Amino acid sequence: MLARETESTLKHTPLHALHLARGAKMVPFAGYDMPVQYAAGVLKEHLHTRSAAGLFDVSHMGQIALRAKSGKVEDAAHALEKLVPQDIVAVAPNRQRYAQFTNNDGGLLDDLMVANFGDHLFLVVNAACKTEDEAHLRAHLSDSCTIDVLAGRALLALQGPKAEAVLAKLGADVSTMKFMDTGPRPVAGFDCFVSRSGYTGEDGFEISVPAANAEALATKLLDDPDVLPIGLGARDSLRLEAGLCLYGHDIDTTTTPAEAALEWSVQKSRRNGGARAGGFPGAAKILTQLDKGATRRRVGLRAEGRAPVREGALLFADATAAEPIGKVTSGGFGPSLNAPVAMGYVPTPLAAVGTIVFAEVRGQRLPLKVAATPFVPNTYKR
Amino acid sequence: MTTLYTSDHEWLRIEGDVATIGITDYAQTQLGDVVFVELPKIGRTLAKAEAAAVVESVKAASDVYAPISGEVIEVNDAVTAEPSLVNSDAAGKAWFFKIKIANKSELGGLMDEAAYAKHTA
Repeated sequence: MLARETESTLKHTPLHALHLARGAKMVPFAGYDMPVQYAAGVLKEHLHTRSAAGLFDVSHMGQIALRAKSGKVEDAAHALEKLVPQDIVAVAPNRQRYAQFTNNDGGLLDDLMVANFGDHLFLVVNAACKTEDEAHLRAHLSDSCTIDVLAGRALLALQGPKAEAVLAKLGADVSTMKFMDTGPRPVAGFDCFVSRSGYTGEDGFEISVPAANAEALATKLLDDPDVLPIGLGARDSLRLEAGLCLYGHDIDTTTTPAEAALEWSVQKSRRNGGARAGGFPGAAKILTQLDKGATRRRVGLRAEGRAPVREGALLFADATAAEPIGKVTSGGFGPSLNAPVAMGYVPTPLAAVGTIVFAEVRGQRLPLKVAATPFVPNTYKR
Repeated sequence: MTTLYTSDHEWLRIEGDVATIGITDYAQTQLGDVVFVELPKIGRTLAKAEAAAVVESVKAASDVYAPISGEVIEVNDAVTAEPSLVNSDAAGKAWFFKIKIANKSELGGLMDEAAYAKHTA
């Protein structure tokens, strides 16, 4: 049984008072009292992020500095490669890369961002997994590395086509940054780490800021008429339209990188025949699947009608089949598409774009078409 | 004409032996932006408390339960065609369906406007 989360046990981010002052509707999320939406509502918040800029509080996520005891960042990179199937050694200074912690069964313990800050690595992990991730790092890397959880920092995301211009007005020259560039850089005079990345499919930035300066920075950003505060509701619909996985839903300890259609995230150097092939938990299974394919696959799903198909809906090969073939792992309404969108797992023979499968919704079988993701083209600045 | 309310935030406008049913303005503010409405088929006989309609926001789906028993005699196609009507005019243009009241005694358990206002206060 999960302990019931009450207001008294929920943690607050440094922006909690700001959320309340701006009329947010608060919900428990990963042990934190978080804004699910503000007065504008999920639909307007979503569309505003795609047309101008949205500010998200993602301070509940874990920020971790990983330093090699040798002082050399490449030693920290080699160490982290023992836990992830990604090429971390090749991440250049002031660049970051998407990665996953794997388990011995080839499943995913969490997904994360890994940045090279020159003399150490900077990791951003999911809120719900951050305690386990820290323990995992300490258990496996403490001999060669120090692990510092940066609990004194907040994390803001500024996403959307106006994000660059908004930051420029606060004296942050981010125009030369490309997608997945990162590093320490002042914003409005505060000691920030800025990466050009996000979780919406839009161009945008994630800004790590000392907790003591978080409210001041958020207020300056929200003073810009192009910026609206955005809650977790629109964060979810934005990432779903962008085809991005949500840990604990689309990926978890039972899904492998190949099953989750994350092959792109495993570089050749870590695959069979690569310079540093394997050497991470579950490597045998993960690498075999990358060579030969997996039996099931995460796909995008578009409905013919208007009815949203939600997480947990069972999928069937046809309108009458008795046995399900898979299930929906994320689903809802895509405001930019003005249509329902979903993701789920199907047997690989049914994973080709255009294949029709059926979801059971309130006792009825609704046809869904396997669709390419992202559903909405991303606008990253490459 | 009387308007009655349920504790599940539905309203009923009673005209003779016909009840027009919708969800309250309070309910639509709780739901947020409504993107999908599914209504019962005309001719369906609903038992009291049976799931009769579905209203979905970007985030979540909610059932609308039949507040009283009766046969569905009319549904509002305008609200399925334009679900955002629920947000703009929940108590008016966004009515869901009309039923022929099977048992008038079931109306006795419903709230009047003052009682509903207290319920949502």
